[in-house]
Amino acid sequence: MTSATARFALDSPGTDTPLRSSPAGSHTAMQAKSSDKKTESRANEKQCSWASHMTNSSTMIVMIGLPARGKTYMSKKLTRYLNWIGVPTKVFNLGEYRREAVQSYKSYDFFRHDNEEAMRIRKHCALVALQDVKMYLNDEGGQIAVFDATNTTRERRDLILSFALDNAYKVFFVESICDDPDVIAENIKDVKVSSPDYPERDRESVMEDFLKRIECYKVTYQPLDPDKHDRDRSFIQVINVGQRFLVNRVQDYIQSKIVYYLMNIHVHKHSIYLCRHGESEHNVEGLIGGDSGLSVHGKEFARALRDFVKDRRMVDLKVWTSQLKRSIQTAEALGVAYEQWKILNEIDAGVCEEMSYDKIKKDYPDEYASRDQDKYHYRYPGGESYQDLVQRLEPVIMELERQGNVLVICHQAVMRCLLAYFLDKSADDLPYLKCPLHVVLKLTPVAYGCKVDMFDLKVAAVNTHRNRPLSNPRQHVAPALLRRNSFTPLSSQDQVKRPRLFSVGSPPRIPLPPSLASTRVPETQEQEELTGDQEELNCFSPGDSDDGVMK
Amino acid sequence: MCACLQRDTGLPGSAETRRPETRGNWKKYSWASYMTNSPTLIVMIGLPARGKTYMSKKLTRYLNWIGVPTKVFNLGVYRREAVKAYKSYDFFRHDNEDAMRIRKQCALVALHDVKTYLTDEGGRIAVFDATNTTRERRDLILNFVKENAFKVFFVESVCDDPDVIAANILEVKVSSPDYPEAHRERVMDDFLKRIECYQVTYQPLDPDDYDKDLSFIKVMNVGRRFLVNRVQDYIQSKIVYYLMNIRVHSHCIYLCRHGESDHNTQGRIGGDSELSARGKQFAEALRVFIAQHGLSDLKVWSSQLRRSIQTAETLGAPYEQWKILNEIDAGVCEEMTYEMIQKSFPEEFALRDQDKYHYRYPGGESYQDLVQRLEPVIMELERQGNVLVVCHQAVMRCLLAYFLDKNADDLPYLKCPLHTVLKLTPVAYGCKVETFYLNVEAVNTHRDRPLGKVRRSQAALLLRRNSYTPLSSHDQVKRPRLYSAGNRPWLPLVPSPSALHFPDTPEGALLSQESLHGGTVSDTSEDTADCFHF
Repeated sequence: MTSATARFALDSPGTDTPLRSSPAGSHTAMQAKSSDKKTESRANEKQCSWASHMTNSSTMIVMIGLPARGKTYMSKKLTRYLNWIGVPTKVFNLGEYRREAVQSYKSYDFFRHDNEEAMRIRKHCALVALQDVKMYLNDEGGQIAVFDATNTTRERRDLILSFALDNAYKVFFVESICDDPDVIAENIKDVKVSSPDYPERDRESVMEDFLKRIECYKVTYQPLDPDKHDRDRSFIQVINVGQRFLVNRVQDYIQSKIVYYLMNIHVHKHSIYLCRHGESEHNVEGLIGGDSGLSVHGKEFARALRDFVKDRRMVDLKVWTSQLKRSIQTAEALGVAYEQWKILNEIDAGVCEEMSYDKIKKDYPDEYASRDQDKYHYRYPGGESYQDLVQRLEPVIMELERQGNVLVICHQAVMRCLLAYFLDKSADDLPYLKCPLHVVLKLTPVAYGCKVDMFDLKVAAVNTHRNRPLSNPRQHVAPALLRRNSFTPLSSQDQVKRPRLFSVGSPPRIPLPPSLASTRVPETQEQEELTGDQEELNCFSPGDSDDGVMK
Repeated sequence: MCACLQRDTGLPGSAETRRPETRGNWKKYSWASYMTNSPTLIVMIGLPARGKTYMSKKLTRYLNWIGVPTKVFNLGVYRREAVKAYKSYDFFRHDNEDAMRIRKQCALVALHDVKTYLTDEGGRIAVFDATNTTRERRDLILNFVKENAFKVFFVESVCDDPDVIAANILEVKVSSPDYPEAHRERVMDDFLKRIECYQVTYQPLDPDDYDKDLSFIKVMNVGRRFLVNRVQDYIQSKIVYYLMNIRVHSHCIYLCRHGESDHNTQGRIGGDSELSARGKQFAEALRVFIAQHGLSDLKVWSSQLRRSIQTAETLGAPYEQWKILNEIDAGVCEEMTYEMIQKSFPEEFALRDQDKYHYRYPGGESYQDLVQRLEPVIMELERQGNVLVVCHQAVMRCLLAYFLDKNADDLPYLKCPLHTVLKLTPVAYGCKVETFYLNVEAVNTHRDRPLGKVRRSQAALLLRRNSYTPLSSHDQVKRPRLYSAGNRPWLPLVPSPSALHFPDTPEGALLSQESLHGGTVSDTSEDTADCFHF
């Protein structure tokens, strides 16, 4: 699913990244505004993902639903997915604006519809948030803004619609409807008890207060009316956590993508195990790519993996491999049924296949240097870029979301891309994630994040990781336009640290050189939780700085 | 987009099939087919003229194309077989007991055929195309499905826009076999009465109570709204996604290859060479062609290979590059001539002739891989308006096979000559094809199907078919339906040449055979003898 286009770059002056031009040569880009039909943007074509291209005007995704209906879960997950496929997306959570405005939460009384003072504050928060949405979509290069709030009244939705109309944004509503009390209680326990609104209270009073808070909203809740009032709107109603969906007037490609994604994410407990094939002959020789068999160590790892799978008695574990020998040989040793996916094959290094890094540096010094400059977008001549790889892997992600427990025996670059999806890593960090040989990562979705456990199977292997070049200062302008993760979408700083209520007139804060801080995950309660072997683990510690991950 | 192949089959309930010797065959499974782990019955629901047959046929074509053997069982065909001459809507009155008995009998026979198809003939999905408007009838189907351990997915089409209904009646029902020589107005009249007959007893799916545990999609007003309930598995989610993306709008798709390349003139395959002098001439001619046709809002897509990009650049219009439109990867054979391949890799060369669709170049791709890679392109073509795709021989064959419902046997031999533009226009249940040869000479890059070799009949039976000849079963119309209950399925051992033809003409793609120099268009209605030639 690849389309190289340049709409994004077209609209964004000042992005003359000296990327190597595509092996295919040049092209004009799709037109955004006719005045933008400039051919000099050619060099930038690779900056835009196919998905980004397909989104031809900015879209606001507006969540609707009572509290504890999984709106934030869906917002965050959807945002992570959209950023991963290359559409710059950011969540605007009204709760955070509200907490900013009203420092301490006292009780549900604040949410009573007849509490006029509170209502005034809440509306003001919404206006400020919308102002930030506008800035993000107009000035900061964002393509999709997810407005995560209850939006339960028509009055509020009409306000949003007229805002969108003024700014020529498309609007897509996502309403979550749930009447299963167990599901709601579960959700309150999972995420609301740890909410900043309830810093030191005990569980029961939280539950009680929260249920009353829901009641406050119920008084004025006007669900979308597909038959009459809202029949011309574009929306999806998600009913009882994905049991049923009502989809109305999908307008474009990206909305259809969103619908497909929301229909495929399941709230079920499962774990995903990622590892690379055992050490291969080429690994030992320091050659990249190719299709060699396992080394002696590699075979040993395959046996260790078999024991690992057996010891943990994983029920209904599905095993997936690529179609390359080293991956297949590793899976064969497990003695269980497995599936081969061609799209799990390692990144295609084109003319550099089966070369050592030293040889590439010698034979293709220019290529070598441009890869270091922008590893994510760099495409090997006749081969693939990491960006291409993400696009190729999209169906795998969709299937991983649908499936139960799966062990994916893949390759370094492939594993980096998959990991970046689950851990919400930016395009900057993605190609430098450390995925050593003979190590299994266990990913378990929890609350809004993903828990990572790391298992080193203690079989010696060569190190295939190349660190981010330190001497080579990375591009200044380009990173601002790079696809980010959902915590640092494009160039805007994270939500919490920005003085929200006072931001209306101030210019957006664009960090010129991508600061180290921007690769960090700012909100601790939302980041992936980490457990397990501490010294190995800090490699995935989100606080880790420039080198992405790991020691 | 993904190629998922099974070796040791991971399918539940088939433990004994875990044989390593199936490796030789592992390429036979498409990823989509693999993902379908038990046979599924798709049951259409809706009043007449709600587009059920349109969706059934289109869905079946798509599923076969992605590699899931699927077949439509149209109850109307069974009914017409049982009751030779249709008189009037009276037959459809719910108080016509005689007729009701016959109609139920037809349904039972059809279900029996469904069972044979899914259990003995290797089918994975059966589409039961009938009104199925009563709970009684649906309960009967649910029982049948339970007995046979099939999954069931309902597709209900609800439409209350009279214009849409009238348009549908005009487009497809007037030409129905039920109305051989009646004139237009009477047909409309009779048909509307026929709809009334069904309306009396119609019980739509009730998502809130009675049917809340069923898996289904309700398609409302031709895709304006969808209600999706309890999607069970991968293939159902694929079906939902597809139904949400097909639109009933009139648009045209133009397919052509890049202009002749330097490699073409040297007889080499693959590579990334540039246009020859004649190739550039074609690009110019293509620019004129587009201008002359006054194609408004035409989107142009190219691959990321030089020859395709250079062709698109000449058009002077914005265009998009899709990497997944790149030519089939010939792996170790890239940039070789066929003679060189035959000399350097004689075994590979022979293997490819034996089963060109599944043959994967060492280190490269098969046509099957290509179909999977191209799936998102098809989804986008369904969504878009007018598009010109400047692609490559193998890619164009795969795209064409989707629109013309060509089977895996024929797909790799479809003729897609250089410097020729195909215009595809969806009409009724098929697709009209017009050919425009732009009058710029080019080398011939087509290799004919080898005649001397008898293909392996065993493998051929397992090939993905198109929806007219799904797997090994013959087409519906010619089979004595009502008397088939006790009969064994008809399995042609060697795929007969007739299986390569369109069997039922009214549903076949309409082909206009003329090479239309300059661009005058004439539609010949259909050509049954030889499904695709230039």
